[in-house]
Amino acid sequence: MDSVSMGSTSMSTTRSPAEGRGPDGGVVRSGPPSPTGSRGSGPRAAYLRYGAGKLGGAAVSLFAVLVTSFFLFRIIPGDPVRAMTHGRQVSSEQLMALRRQFGLDLPVWQQFTEYCAKALGGDLGTSYQFHAPVGELIAAKFPATLLLTGVAVLVYSTLGLWLGTRSAWRHGSLGDRVNTGVALTLWSIPAFWLGLLLIIVFSVGIGPLPGLFPTGGMESGNETGLAHVLDVAHHMVLPVTTLVAVGYAQTLLVMRSSLLDEMGSDYLTTARAKGLRDALVRRRHAVPNALLPTVTMIFINLGHVAAGSILVETVFSWPGLGGLFYAALSVPDLPLVQGLFVVFAGAMILMNLLADLLYPLLDPRVAR
Amino acid sequence: MTTESAPKPPPQDAPDPPLPAPGSAKALARARRRRSAARFWKQYRAHRSGLFGLAALALIAALALAAPLLVGDDVQNVTDAPGGALESPSGRFPLGTDQFGRDLLGLLLWGTRVSLAVGLMAAALSVAIGTLVGILAGHFGGWFATVSMRVTDWFLVMPSLVLAIVLATVLSHSIWTVVLAIGVASWPTTARLVRAQTLAVESRPYIERARALGGGHAHLMTRHVLPNVMPLVLAQTTLGISSAILTEATLAFLGLGDPDVVSWGGMLQDARETGAVSSGHWWYLAPPGIAIAVVALAFTLCGRAIESVLNPKLGVAR
Repeated sequence: MDSVSMGSTSMSTTRSPAEGRGPDGGVVRSGPPSPTGSRGSGPRAAYLRYGAGKLGGAAVSLFAVLVTSFFLFRIIPGDPVRAMTHGRQVSSEQLMALRRQFGLDLPVWQQFTEYCAKALGGDLGTSYQFHAPVGELIAAKFPATLLLTGVAVLVYSTLGLWLGTRSAWRHGSLGDRVNTGVALTLWSIPAFWLGLLLIIVFSVGIGPLPGLFPTGGMESGNETGLAHVLDVAHHMVLPVTTLVAVGYAQTLLVMRSSLLDEMGSDYLTTARAKGLRDALVRRRHAVPNALLPTVTMIFINLGHVAAGSILVETVFSWPGLGGLFYAALSVPDLPLVQGLFVVFAGAMILMNLLADLLYPLLDPRVAR
Repeated sequence: MTTESAPKPPPQDAPDPPLPAPGSAKALARARRRRSAARFWKQYRAHRSGLFGLAALALIAALALAAPLLVGDDVQNVTDAPGGALESPSGRFPLGTDQFGRDLLGLLLWGTRVSLAVGLMAAALSVAIGTLVGILAGHFGGWFATVSMRVTDWFLVMPSLVLAIVLATVLSHSIWTVVLAIGVASWPTTARLVRAQTLAVESRPYIERARALGGGHAHLMTRHVLPNVMPLVLAQTTLGISSAILTEATLAFLGLGDPDVVSWGGMLQDARETGAVSSGHWWYLAPPGIAIAVVALAFTLCGRAIESVLNPKLGVAR
């Protein structure tokens, strides 16, 4: 999803929960290694070759992200200095000075190599708005995002897996239809709107209902120790609820369809013939096999969440990367937007890589 | 959900009536097409949720087309708005008014046009790029396929919402920018699907026959591959529209939409900025969100129904 994208939703990538994901997860693949590898032998060598291929693919993708971010922000907006000083009176000397300061008087290819060298060293430029290095700003906000989205992904993956399993095992029943229907409906709701509505109902309060939860932020201040932990948890309830409600449909649908694929298999008939109870057949035999595609998807979701929580963080004033992105957009603070773009895309690439490397360990057929 | 309980019997339960004696090749092709359309509709009808989505879409489209008749063009006019600022729902204004005193129901109806138009155009753009890249990569193979699939992968790893937001930020703020941003950010999935389908189609014998008869690349791609890929593309478009509408609302909510056009996302942004949240004005906030959700859901239901008609295994599986 946001995922959604959107993402998907991408929505991520696209936010379509209905789109089938193969064992691949449908994302970056640098082609399966040839089944008749001549060099090396044995599963370990095959895995190393496979891993090296994936690593190379990820490096290429990362480079592509750098290229994209450079050209997106240097070329398309025309003159960045003009954009920076938009609507203000500046003399031509000041313009020249700004150009020199940002290295914009150099030829494009030189700017590009410099940019890449700096970015690889962790230097993403200086924010116009906060007058601080972009890297530092991002590092400072990262833990909050990790906390919020980590918890959300954990909750909605668990929920999606559980409901998806139930749905598939009794597919076609009333419970299944209600389950999938509710998930699809929630999935169609814009996350930020749900957040705003939850704030009205549970923070501001409607009619006799008092405000139960804080309207935003991450902490009230001054508590320490356990009280602080509880306070943060209290602040997290609504944003996590929003992310879970909008996000669990994808896990549910993938788990459901992948379990349904397994359900016709002969090994389940065998398991039943052995006299295993229905619940045991499901838990021990069907679900572990059906989990494989879902695992990839959970990793991809983890990559998405940094970007996917932009809206939710904005609505709940959560002090994370999403809120920072929104603040950068409203100026627009191009170096900060650019830095966050690289970080969001980098998170995706990293998670895809992890999924790719993990997958053959779960399913040895992949790396052959 | 989309599927009825029991696995459906194979689609050809009632044999199709024999084709009439062909007058010409064209007439034969037309009759065949009509027959497969009828078969498609018969299977689609079995999906209750798909029918529900289709009905909802028909209603919404009718409302969007009739909006000028129902509320008139001046509903967006800020200067001489009929009501006071931020009125609660009343007989005259069933959904209340916004900060300028405009009728919210009228704005909501008017916003349907923008959301549908942007959703349709963005999905069409994304699917067009995806289909083009997918067919070309599938047909030509070789280095072209390698390069174009590599590019597709680059786009796949970029979080599409972020890419759309960034594009909308660096370009000027207009409807076309939003369409472009969504279209450019979301085509790779289609490209991959279409490429896979193209490869499957091209491995069939009739393609070899067409080639042996002297069909060129263009002929093969437009006359043989494209029609076979079309159903898949249709399903993909329908699903794409729903996410495009959500993305459009998101962009507008972030203030990246066209400031001169009333859209649902823009209404939500206005509501938030005028403090509808802290003052508990839920009637300002609720309707646009519900509208977005209903339209997105309707397109999703239709798309899933089409998908499961095209791929019965999927139909049972989903």
